[in-house]
Amino acid sequence: MSPVPFAIATPVAGTDRLLSLSPIDLVIIVIYFIMVLAIGFYLKRFASTGESFFMAGRQITAWVAGLSFISANLSSLETMGWSAMAYQYGMLGAHAYLIGAIPAIVFLAIVMMPFYYISRTHSVPGYLQLRYGEGARSVAGISFAFMTVMVSGASMFAMAKILNLLLGWNIHVSIWAASLTVAIYVTLGGLLSAVFNEVLQFFLIWLGTLLIPILGLIDAGGWTNMLAKVQAHAAVIHPTVQHADFTSLWRNLGSFDSNPMGIDWFGMVFGLGLAVSFGYWCTDFLQVQRVIVAKDLRSAQNGTLIGAVLKMAVPIIVTLPGLLGLAVLLNPDGSPMVLVAESDARARITHHTFNDVLPLLMGRYLGPGLLGLGVTGMIAGFMSGMAGNVSAFATVWTYDVYKPLLKKLGSDAHYVKMGRWSSIVGVLVSIAAAYALLWFSNILEFLQVLVFFFIVPLFGTVILGMLWKRATPAGGFWGFVTAILVSMGMWGFVHTFPDGYRPQPKVTLSAGAVVTLEKTDGHLTRLTVEQGTLETVNVPIPGGGPSFVVPEGGVTLPGTVTGAATPAVQVLAPDVRVSGTNATEKFGVEGLSLTLAPGVRVTAATISSRFAPAAFNPAHTRYIARSAKAKPMAVNMYSGWWSLVVCVLVTVLVSLFTRPKPDHELTNLVMGLTPLPDPGPCPWYQNPKLWAAAIIAVLVAVNIMFW
Amino acid sequence: MTNTRVSIWFFIGVLLTVYGVLITGAGVYGLAHPPAVKLAGLHAGLWWGLLLVAIGAVYTYASLPTRRQR
Repeated sequence: MSPVPFAIATPVAGTDRLLSLSPIDLVIIVIYFIMVLAIGFYLKRFASTGESFFMAGRQITAWVAGLSFISANLSSLETMGWSAMAYQYGMLGAHAYLIGAIPAIVFLAIVMMPFYYISRTHSVPGYLQLRYGEGARSVAGISFAFMTVMVSGASMFAMAKILNLLLGWNIHVSIWAASLTVAIYVTLGGLLSAVFNEVLQFFLIWLGTLLIPILGLIDAGGWTNMLAKVQAHAAVIHPTVQHADFTSLWRNLGSFDSNPMGIDWFGMVFGLGLAVSFGYWCTDFLQVQRVIVAKDLRSAQNGTLIGAVLKMAVPIIVTLPGLLGLAVLLNPDGSPMVLVAESDARARITHHTFNDVLPLLMGRYLGPGLLGLGVTGMIAGFMSGMAGNVSAFATVWTYDVYKPLLKKLGSDAHYVKMGRWSSIVGVLVSIAAAYALLWFSNILEFLQVLVFFFIVPLFGTVILGMLWKRATPAGGFWGFVTAILVSMGMWGFVHTFPDGYRPQPKVTLSAGAVVTLEKTDGHLTRLTVEQGTLETVNVPIPGGGPSFVVPEGGVTLPGTVTGAATPAVQVLAPDVRVSGTNATEKFGVEGLSLTLAPGVRVTAATISSRFAPAAFNPAHTRYIARSAKAKPMAVNMYSGWWSLVVCVLVTVLVSLFTRPKPDHELTNLVMGLTPLPDPGPCPWYQNPKLWAAAIIAVLVAVNIMFW
Repeated sequence: MTNTRVSIWFFIGVLLTVYGVLITGAGVYGLAHPPAVKLAGLHAGLWWGLLLVAIGAVYTYASLPTRRQR
């Protein structure tokens, strides 16, 4: 393998932060915090009973329900995460919406909402209790409570880390300031407070981010020019998928190698479209809670559909910035800037990461004031994401874990008090989770992992319960539990390396090392370390022990190591001095052999592990995702699909051999036994089915347009 | 929302108006001292600030608490 020239000297911007705020930006951020707290104090008087604290009094209009439904999910994890996805996987990133979210949301509105609404459940686990009994509810309640605090912890940590990287703010201060604000307003106002802030955040995220695609497209010279640049730069930026098509939605899904994700249409449609998205949108209580509290069934359905329409627009501020990142971000010398995965050794040392793509564009286009708005939108997104999770956690904990398992007969006031306290505990546990969650390569992939552990099995169980009255309590319980165990098993399987996983060989030069660089045509061709110390990982060194000083005559380290998963040796030099000058330099390079002068001190380590949560074993992903080329996202999608299959099979099999509930216990819970209330006269423009049909028509058109 | 006296749209209107005024101000200042960003010549801040003021004013007016009570 020849040295890879593009990896050389991609400098991280001069200072340590990406963005610098002017006073006016800070004023904008402070005003936001004041506003949020004011809303919390204002709403306290409306949140005194259980129904009003946990369910916002079931008084919410369709528009508020729809906006809050969408923005509970349109957090900054989503804007940054999915623009990172688009940077990584090209236009395929938009499938999260175009085959994923929209069909699932329409299905929720038309098919599932009547059952949720008519059963008057207060949560999705609550529905499971009505339909299948305590067992399924407890598993769902506990797993959901666990999942929400993990996700909200991940979101908080991500926020703090991002604010630190972007603005140089202290991580701990960010985490605590934002979390305490959330704790205050959710504890005061309950769900209503969370919903208010979500609607507010919807406007802030859109108005703070929309300028980026507009200015970006002007900068790139229009849509067609942007696509041409994306395709040209992607081959350089993502060398492992050089021949993949980054600019289409479906054309490139015919085989596993023609697209950057290593997936085919089957995995996309059934894994992402059916299993993961339906699970996420139809049974994730965080989402469903937003619309089951609407004032009547028609508002709940229309609110959900309003959400679908808004969701269809989200790729404009999410996928488009990711593509623009591929097109317009250049190094000072004009070569495309290479961003790397969070788990890459070069991340944050010599290279920015995928997750930085949106902030990089913000710094590029947004001047004073606008930048404050963009950052506020981002903070608002994190905070309202956390608020949504915390209020959902408080509801599920109080009603589905605490009430049935710990204290059956309490007064309404007692449960409201419990709700307020569990909001605070939820925030504290998420803070603890935040500190524990560092090792996943991509923020969103972590979310996906949790989604397919719990949400996909939950969807299988709920949907069978709604549509098939023969499904028995035992069937529902075992189907659900087996599918959770199978998805955890699959996760373990793809990260297991029977022969040991050896991370990419790496050499790190310590600060102050002195090097000689020889360049030909501007490309580094030879690198010599004259003095200083360095650490190596998994690089075989002729005649060297774990720690030694290079003897007379010097040593040459190879540029590639045979037998390693990634053979090219990575050389990282975050802070070195060029020999004969006083110039310091930082760079990263791959696949270049390295000469060590006598006297250089070397610490050599060999790392090999049986289980590596950040790495995927291609020999194992072959069985799950049907291709050894599958990227993490592809593996997650296929895992989701298999766990849905397992859930349905087990539920059906166990149901056939166990006793079903009698019909009269299933009234209002199952299709065929649920009389729809007469909604009264309905003007045509309020008919949910009409709007659902219109949304699907537009969706098909969009898919064909970007085919 | 029917059960709170001041509706959510009012809060949004006020916040957007305030932001709009601040950003327009920054945009006007930017006419004389262009910020160090790409495409500064388009004065995006000025236009966006005015847009925010417009949206904010519409929401504020449409959801004034005194107006709703009538």
